[in-house]
Amino acid sequence: MAVLAGCGGVGGGSGQNPAGGATLSTMGFGLVDEVAQVRVDLANKAIAPDVVQVGGSTFDAQQFLSAVASGTAPDLVFLDRQLVGTYASRGTLMPLGDCIARNGVDMSQYRDAAVQEVTLDRKVYGLPEFFNNRVVLMNGAALQAAGMTSADLSTKDWPALAAAAAKLTRTTPDGKLARIGFDPKIPEFLPLWAKANGVDMISADGRTANLDDPRLLEVLEFTLGLIQQQGGWGAFKAYRESFDFFGKENPLATDKLAAWPMEDFYLNQVANNSPQVQLLAAPFTDRRGAPIDLATGSAWAIPTGSKHPEQACTWIKTMSDAPTWIAAAQARAEKRRADGKAFTGIYTANRKADEKIFGELVRLEGQPVFESAVAAVLKAQDSAFTLPASPAGAEFRTAWQSAVTRVLEGRQPPAAALEQAQQEAQRALDSAPGR
Amino acid sequence: MRRREAIAAYGFIAPWIVGFVIFMAVPMIISLVLSFTDYDGLRQSSFLGLDNYATMLADPRIRLSLLNTMIYAIMVVPATMAVALALAMLLSNVGRRSAGFFRTVFYLPEITPKVAIGVLFLLLLNGEVGVVDAALGVFGIDGPGWTTDPAWIKPGLVLMNLWSVGGTVVIYLAALQNVPTDLYEAAAIDGASAWQRFRRITLPMISPALFFTLIVQTIAALQTFDEAYAAFYGPSTQTGTATDAALFYLIYLFQQAFQFLHLGYASAMAWLLFVIIMVITAVQVRVSRRLVHYEGN
Repeated sequence: MAVLAGCGGVGGGSGQNPAGGATLSTMGFGLVDEVAQVRVDLANKAIAPDVVQVGGSTFDAQQFLSAVASGTAPDLVFLDRQLVGTYASRGTLMPLGDCIARNGVDMSQYRDAAVQEVTLDRKVYGLPEFFNNRVVLMNGAALQAAGMTSADLSTKDWPALAAAAAKLTRTTPDGKLARIGFDPKIPEFLPLWAKANGVDMISADGRTANLDDPRLLEVLEFTLGLIQQQGGWGAFKAYRESFDFFGKENPLATDKLAAWPMEDFYLNQVANNSPQVQLLAAPFTDRRGAPIDLATGSAWAIPTGSKHPEQACTWIKTMSDAPTWIAAAQARAEKRRADGKAFTGIYTANRKADEKIFGELVRLEGQPVFESAVAAVLKAQDSAFTLPASPAGAEFRTAWQSAVTRVLEGRQPPAAALEQAQQEAQRALDSAPGR
Repeated sequence: MRRREAIAAYGFIAPWIVGFVIFMAVPMIISLVLSFTDYDGLRQSSFLGLDNYATMLADPRIRLSLLNTMIYAIMVVPATMAVALALAMLLSNVGRRSAGFFRTVFYLPEITPKVAIGVLFLLLLNGEVGVVDAALGVFGIDGPGWTTDPAWIKPGLVLMNLWSVGGTVVIYLAALQNVPTDLYEAAAIDGASAWQRFRRITLPMISPALFFTLIVQTIAALQTFDEAYAAFYGPSTQTGTATDAALFYLIYLFQQAFQFLHLGYASAMAWLLFVIIMVITAVQVRVSRRLVHYEGN
């Protein structure tokens, strides 16, 4: 098993490097761009002559389990914050209380919602990285052609939203979808819709499911209705799967999608591939009109089997520190400028870093489309929430996502699906470690 | 002399035996032990007795995934064998030079990564813009939602699987080329029709190859994972829209093991599948005694 654990996706070993220091291993992180490279360089400088060797890909549970079971856990692991609770509850991740105290980590610099995601039973198990916000993105040209504004697509007024979606939906003469009016992005974004209707799908301690709440049923019925009025799930999903979402022929550039809630990184995609597109953005709002934002992201954690926990702590502190993020953002801004493209910022879980990045480095004067889109994300960011850490996070998510899919496929009525999901989710939460 | 030969024989097969023990037998025994525990891969496990097996009996997703897998196997095994046999018969009738070319062409998809086939599945069989439905549209047929309609997802996966029948074609072609031509000549002289020659000569003569592929294809179908996982459950499809229609047994086993960290339960699931495969194979072997014709029998 030790041999298998050593294969693929793991950066470095725990040997000595040429400078005489230790080489720490990582899992789940790759040097994908200049933002990663600059930060890794700075973090390595902070622990020199020791060095963290990075060179993996995304977190792979199978690989991580093999490594832990064979006693060859990496010194550091980078994983989805939603998974932190699952591994922490099984004693695989080190509580960072000592690390935070010893290194003087300023926890107030991190966004509360992100810290909540990596906190289980009042213990912090990870330092948060990116902060992916969700806002409503809109195809300005489509809205203009329909004589509408972004206010017409507010998620505050659901009947008005349904009417606007119908107006923006286009079909071909033979009845096939030619443009989606509004994609509610369910099952994925159900927690966002739920919050908009006043529902937390899971309790703050991550141990009690709340999937049979009548207000969640209302959410599911409404979003299902949106999809049904746009051709039904089969046609809707098939049409959506035909999109080249991250290329030059993206659905905004090709006018195949009018509006949908989406992660903020899509702004970069548009700025990169189709800067001419009339992109509009607005915060997702609850039914009183107040902005809300479902945030997700990854975190750095230290496995209990780490052979160099002290260096690992200094390293992750530096990786997530404000000056490191700012240096990385500077590198990204310079690269974008050299390419003649807009720099729309990087959204981090570090509030102090974001203040500097968006206060000084993001310069979008003369590019009103991106300037207003970024402003919308920043406005949403202050109202962010996350799903709390849970020892059975994966099973909880599978339960509600399967329920929504059953409803979308017409195999179960919404009330019955949510009732079943509640039972499945609660059973998993009840049998999770720590009960 | 015999003793020395036996030692030499054991020496030659020793690498395989060592590999089998280390990589197959020992892990199988460990997984059998784990199936009686609540092992999660991370903590010390405790003994549960038959709890995992009892839980499986009451788990509706076990029933669903087994049913999905059985339906898929019942569709894909005969379809693969029929298409492969048809292609092999066509190939056996073309010239030697072009046969080599076509054999290569038919075999190429076999070496295509299964994950790539899963992604291709979503593109080619897309109900709105897919090539397959566009081709059906030429004949006035409104193609189904292969990737979205639960009733059509398994047939769609079967269709996609037919793309990689090359390995089976090669086996059938070799078997067809071993059928003595004088049997066909004698039958033709006796006035046998093409169908009669196929039914009375070809099928019995290649029945060992058919039986071999039946067993191999059945086992592969019951263990299907890659294409469906890539198309509906993989990282590129993390939109939470994984359909229950493609929840095959191994996909559910993988979820239990590596997403929910129920490795003990997943081990019990693996043993149930092992028993099912053994039973089905035993039935196939028993039935084959009457249907498979071996030369020399």
